[in-house]
Amino acid sequence: MRVNTKPFRTSTFRLAALYLLFFSVSIWAVLGYIYYNTVSLLERQNEETITADVTGLTDEYRIAGIPGLIDATNRRLGENPNILIMLAGPDGQQLAGNLRSPNINLLPDNSWIDFSIGQGDGNATLGHVAHGFNVQFPFGPQMIVALDVEDLNQFREIIRESLIWAMGLAVLMGLGGAFIMSRNFLRRVDAITETSRSIMRGNLAGRMPVSGSGDELDRLAQSLNEMLDQIERLMSGMREVSSNVAHDLKTPLTRLRARAEAALRQRGRAEIQSALQQTLDDCDQLLSTFNALLSIAQLESGQQRASLQVLDANDIIADVVDLYAPVAEERDGVLDMESRPGLRILAKRELLAQALINLIDNALKHGMSPDGAAHISVQGQKLGDEVVITVGDKGQGIAEKDRQRVLNRFVRLDESRSRPGNGLGLSLVSSVVNLLGGKLILADNHPGLKAELRLPLVRATP
Amino acid sequence: MPASNTAATQLKHADLTKRPWEGTAKVMRILVIEDDKDAASWLVKGLKESGHVVDLANDGEQGLGMASDGGYDVLIVDRMLPRLDGLAVIKGLRGADNKVPILILSALSDVDERVKGLRAGGDDYLAKPYSFAELLARVEGLGARKLLDPKDAKLRAMDLEMDLMTRTVTRAGKPIVLQPREFKLLEFLMRNAGHIVTRTMLLENVWDYHFDPQTNVIDVHVSRLRGKVDKGFAQPLLQTVRGAGYMIRAR
Repeated sequence: MRVNTKPFRTSTFRLAALYLLFFSVSIWAVLGYIYYNTVSLLERQNEETITADVTGLTDEYRIAGIPGLIDATNRRLGENPNILIMLAGPDGQQLAGNLRSPNINLLPDNSWIDFSIGQGDGNATLGHVAHGFNVQFPFGPQMIVALDVEDLNQFREIIRESLIWAMGLAVLMGLGGAFIMSRNFLRRVDAITETSRSIMRGNLAGRMPVSGSGDELDRLAQSLNEMLDQIERLMSGMREVSSNVAHDLKTPLTRLRARAEAALRQRGRAEIQSALQQTLDDCDQLLSTFNALLSIAQLESGQQRASLQVLDANDIIADVVDLYAPVAEERDGVLDMESRPGLRILAKRELLAQALINLIDNALKHGMSPDGAAHISVQGQKLGDEVVITVGDKGQGIAEKDRQRVLNRFVRLDESRSRPGNGLGLSLVSSVVNLLGGKLILADNHPGLKAELRLPLVRATP
Repeated sequence: MPASNTAATQLKHADLTKRPWEGTAKVMRILVIEDDKDAASWLVKGLKESGHVVDLANDGEQGLGMASDGGYDVLIVDRMLPRLDGLAVIKGLRGADNKVPILILSALSDVDERVKGLRAGGDDYLAKPYSFAELLARVEGLGARKLLDPKDAKLRAMDLEMDLMTRTVTRAGKPIVLQPREFKLLEFLMRNAGHIVTRTMLLENVWDYHFDPQTNVIDVHVSRLRGKVDKGFAQPLLQTVRGAGYMIRAR
């Protein structure tokens, strides 16, 4: 992935780092709390043991003096061999206890002390730290009651170290994870970037890779792919339109030019007039094609959406049938209508009328039954939330494979293009229906073609 | 929407030099407000050849000034004009209570633009490119419209009589039964009696459609109407002006 490989600058990485920060702080808080509680509990237990002994021994001294204190000290040492006691007379000599006098004079009186355990001090190991209380009886002996707290200190140390290590590891793994995550993310973003560049270079068939996990990137890729499908459809439509435009405009222009050239060689006024007349006809045909194209383009721009009104489609159907029924009869055909008032839709009379007229016109031109006459029926009805307007004939119909294609501009199934028409009629119908928010469905009328306009019904507001 | 092509195709075949209806058309004073010199000169030439008196204004201000001085039977106003656009000219005239009939010419052909033009005070709207014959028919129709009293409850053309109140039609005293649409069609033709009415004009005024329906639906309707109005009478009233349109004879 050459496109962009700076995982640290991705939003994923920043998010992961932020998450890591919060995560570390909360871990520190929890572990710190546990650490503090555990260690201080042990320390408190030690101090409580020592305080209890000091209190007991002090009471003995008060009651029974130095001899009692000595007795009690020995008894206590017998009960708990872990405890360290030092008892020294006012002159400094050791009276009892398993603790040889550490530099007694240097120790603060009646307070908690920490000291190193010396040679031959009780059961304790040389060099360990002891924690104890130093009592100086007024004008009496001095007493130290202590416990070996080396284990506790080591425990504290271990916890502290493991806390630091855990923290370091968490940060390291968090950063690593964030890096890998953002690199994976980047890889997929780069894949999308790469695909879109290839599409920009002209490979319209390219599609975004979808991992199949259904995550947000997949959803993004899927909607991009749908968009690309739509664009590809439009592009191929445009391509077809352009080549059709070129063909459909070139033919009459060629004819026009040939005629003008021939007219130049003519002498007679009548011939020249007739050539000019035909030239005008061809110009009008071209202009009408352009006008139809412009109308479609204008419909597709959606500008007219603002001028839509709520109308009864029944009125429009009735008007159109009124206009065309005599034409059908003139050709020995039938145009009948089956509709009732109340087909409220959001539309524009002129547009819907033109769409229906185009469909009826098509039916008149191409929907002849084998007997040569057109039997056309126009229906309007409410179906659920829709108003369905149908124009059906009994002609040859349109093969299923062509039904989508005929909606495109300039597509004419009459390949010889001998019959009149510009191949824009159904395109215009389709554009009108799109503008009105509906659907145009071409179906089989068994036999014949059934064109269905499905438009959203407007519910009467109470 | 393309408004005039089918009709235009028909109209071109009309031989304007012969003008079989000429006896009925009166000479009109026409003001053309159009900045495109080429288009304007063709238009003025055509109108003069048709026997009318024509003045030309090349921009909106000049046009508004000339029109305000009065004396014109019809104005032909292009929409896109330098200095003052066509719709502003029309609004100016209507604001000054000038009721001269106005035909708007415009390259903008869709219904919304047409509505805008008519709301501004235009009486008719013709999209470019138009055929000259279509324009002439409309201009002469507009000029003649002034002669009709809109409150007149009865329209007459020779022995044909239409009562707009009772909505009955008689010819030589014999009642003619018409469908509502046929009545409307005949009414429009009679209001323009003595003048050519093009197919596009009928489609616009009788059916209120402003697009070209490819198939020539109007002919069928007119021939049905003719069957009711002229059948059994020696003198046909509803005439087809070859290639141009239709006309009810006034006298």
